[in-house]
Amino acid sequence: MHRITEFFVGLLFGVGLLLSGMTDPSKVLGFLDLFGTWDPSLALVMGGAIAVGFVAFAVARKRTTSFLGGAMHLPKASQIDKRLLMGGLLFGAGWGLAGFCPGPGIVAMAAGEIKAAVFVAAMVVGMLIFEIAERTGVRQRVGT
Amino acid sequence: MVIDWVNFTPWASLSGGILLGLAAAFFILVNGRVLGISGILGGLLPPKAGDAGWRIAFLLGMLAAPLTYGLLAPAGFVQAPRIDADFATIVVAGLLVGLGTRYGSGCTSGHGVCGLSRLSPRSLVATLAFMGAGFAMVFVVRHIL
Repeated sequence: MHRITEFFVGLLFGVGLLLSGMTDPSKVLGFLDLFGTWDPSLALVMGGAIAVGFVAFAVARKRTTSFLGGAMHLPKASQIDKRLLMGGLLFGAGWGLAGFCPGPGIVAMAAGEIKAAVFVAAMVVGMLIFEIAERTGVRQRVGT
Repeated sequence: MVIDWVNFTPWASLSGGILLGLAAAFFILVNGRVLGISGILGGLLPPKAGDAGWRIAFLLGMLAAPLTYGLLAPAGFVQAPRIDADFATIVVAGLLVGLGTRYGSGCTSGHGVCGLSRLSPRSLVATLAFMGAGFAMVFVVRHIL
């Protein structure tokens, strides 16, 4: 049951990305081009998503289990630190370069776009570099 | 600022956004999970026992989306991605997005949609950071270089 609902949510999310225009980098860059001819469409994507999400998370906060009876994995981190800020800035720089963020990159790859596949491969390498850096960092801290 | 009315797609974008919100709502309420793509994918590098199945099921659903959308959507709504960046730029962008989303613990979905829906100050800061950097990068590439 869990696997079916998880697959369905991924499918729904992917279809939402396709309909919204997020999987089209030229549209994303049109939104990020605030000082050129600006396409405000993506503000409506965020607005529509948050309007629904706001209600759902208000309900979720009051629950101790999910509808399927599992645990509620709500984020516990609340610190605002250099990692959060630097990570956000690096991600935004990459997003502004190509017009892809992670979800739309994966969906555009599934649509058969070679460049999207290259983007996803490079993104996975970036994530692996993070994992390796974290591990060696931990080892150094433990070692000293 | 000049509004690009030609490419403005208010109804498709609003409807698509509502679908993204419904997916996030369904995921937290039914499965008890926060819908954040970079976290879902990053958690598979490497996969951990007992924590990989839900991630893989979700990602397979995403991969099935273009085919499903192609069957459901009216012809005019199927727009192939227009990717202007060259391969070298794509690689740099991918590396930055991969590194940045893991250091910042989230991307457009986790911080931007779910975090802002939860009214999380941490996610607001992350969202302002990546939106700001995105605006700045496009400004530099299109209007300075």
